[in-house]
Amino acid sequence: MAGEDELKLLGTWASPWVSRVKLALHLKGLSYEYVEQDLDNKSDLLLTSNPVHKKVPVLIHNGKPICESVVILEYIDEAYGTTGPSLLPTDPYERAIARFWVDYIDQKLVIPWKVAFTADGEEEKTEGIKQMLAVVQTLEGALKECSKGKPFFGGDSVGYVDIALGGLLAFLQGTEELCGTKPFDIANTPLLLAWVERFTALDAAKVALPDVTKLVEFAKTKRLRI
Amino acid sequence: LQSTSYRHIASAQSSMQKHHTIWKKNRQNMSSEKQETAAVRVLGRWPSPFVIRVLIVLGLKGVDHELVEEAVGNKSELLLASNPVHKMIPVLLHHGRPISESLIIVQYVDEAWASHAPALLPSDPYARAAERFWAHYVDDKFPTAIRVLRGRLDGDKDEAAAQVCAALQRLEVAFVECGQGKDYFGGDNVGYLDIALGSHLGWVRAVERIAEIRLLDAAKVPKLAAWADRFCAHPAVADAMPDVDRFVEFSLKNDGALKAASANSK
Repeated sequence: MAGEDELKLLGTWASPWVSRVKLALHLKGLSYEYVEQDLDNKSDLLLTSNPVHKKVPVLIHNGKPICESVVILEYIDEAYGTTGPSLLPTDPYERAIARFWVDYIDQKLVIPWKVAFTADGEEEKTEGIKQMLAVVQTLEGALKECSKGKPFFGGDSVGYVDIALGGLLAFLQGTEELCGTKPFDIANTPLLLAWVERFTALDAAKVALPDVTKLVEFAKTKRLRI
Repeated sequence: LQSTSYRHIASAQSSMQKHHTIWKKNRQNMSSEKQETAAVRVLGRWPSPFVIRVLIVLGLKGVDHELVEEAVGNKSELLLASNPVHKMIPVLLHHGRPISESLIIVQYVDEAWASHAPALLPSDPYARAAERFWAHYVDDKFPTAIRVLRGRLDGDKDEAAAQVCAALQRLEVAFVECGQGKDYFGGDNVGYLDIALGSHLGWVRAVERIAEIRLLDAAKVPKLAAWADRFCAHPAVADAMPDVDRFVEFSLKNDGALKAASANSK
C-alpha cells in the first residue's frame, strides 16, 4: 500500500549490537516494532530472516531483512538519508575514519572484555583486563582526534562511532562489577568519562540501553553469550 | 620505491568490450597526472589479498598510484607512522593522509573518485547492505581457512577446506541475488563484493594445488567458477593479481620456512 513503511527489529534486550540499532532508529526519529527473541528457542522469523548467522539484530524493512549491526547502521543512514540527522559524515576521508574506529571497536574491544569477564585463571583474566584497558586508552585518543573539542565522536551531534560504542555502554558501565576493573577513569580517560555522561543523558540512550543493574544481574547468573 | 605502470592490457574478449572501454578511458586520464611525489601511495606487498583489493580498485577507477613495497617481516617507519593502531598493510596514503583496513580503503576510493566510473556499490540501500553483509562474510570465512590450507597456521585442513566450500555454496546463491544473473556480483561491472571475494582467488587457486583439493569446483559452484575466470581476466584485476604459479611459488618459499620455524620452537 502506498505510504506504508514498516520497520521491525528482532533483538534481545541485553544485546549491545541490538542496542546500537535501537539507538540509530531513535536518533533518526523512526518508529518500529520490536520483537524480543529467545535465542535458546529460535523463531521461524529469525531463522528465515538470518539463515546464515541465525543471530540478532535483524532489521526487517518492508519485509526485507538486513543483518549485522554495522551493516544495519549504514543501511538506516542511507535508506533514511533525508530523515533526521546523518549518522555518517559526508566527507569521504571522515567517513573512512569513522568506519575505521567502528571496525576497531568490533575487532579489539569485545574479545578482551569477554576474557576479563569469563576467565577462570587469574593470569588470563589479568591479561584480558590489560588488553581491554589498552584498547580503551586508544579510544580516548580517537575521541580527541574525532571530536576536535566537540561533545561527540561525530562532532556536535551523535554519529556512527558514538552509536557503535554507545551500544556497548551498559556493559561498559557494568565492567567494574563483572570484570573487576573500571574501564574509564578521570586520570587516564577523562574525555571518555565526560562522553559517557553526555551519551547516557540522551533520550535515545534511555530507551535503547538496558538497565545496568538488571544487565549485571543477568550476566552473572547466565554467563552471558553476547 | 616502485611505480606501477600498466604495462600490459589484457586483450579483451568480446563480452568484456564494455568494461575494457571504461578501463581504457580511465587509464588515459591517469597518464596526464604526473607529480613529484605520488598523490596516491599504497603501502603493501603483492601476495596479500587485502593489498590486491586496493590495487584492483585503483586500477578500476584509473587512479595513478605508487606501490611502496613493504619488506617481509620488517615494517617500515612509514607504515608504523601511517597505521600506528594495527601496524598492518595495506595503507592508502592520499596526499599524505592515511586510510587503513582494505574494505574501508575500497569504499574510500569509490567515494573519493565518485566521478570515475564504475560505481562500486549499487545505488539502492538494500542492495548495498547485501554487498556489505557478504563482504563481511567473506572476511570471516576465507582468510584464516586459507592460512591453514597454506600451512601458515596450525589447524585442521579438512575442516578449513569444508569451511571454504560451504562459504562458496552460500556465495553461489548470493551471486544470483546480488548480480541478478549478470556477469558480476555488481551486475554489469565489477563491484565491491566482486573485489572483496575476488581478491582471495589467487590464494584459493594456489591452495587447491598446495593442499591438493578442489575448492572452486565447477560441478558444485558453476556460476562462481565462471565468474572467477571472468574476474581474473579483467584488465584491472590481471594487473593487480599475478598468476596462480607465483602464489604457489611464494608459499613454497615462505610458508614452509614458517612451519619449520614454528616446529623448531616447540
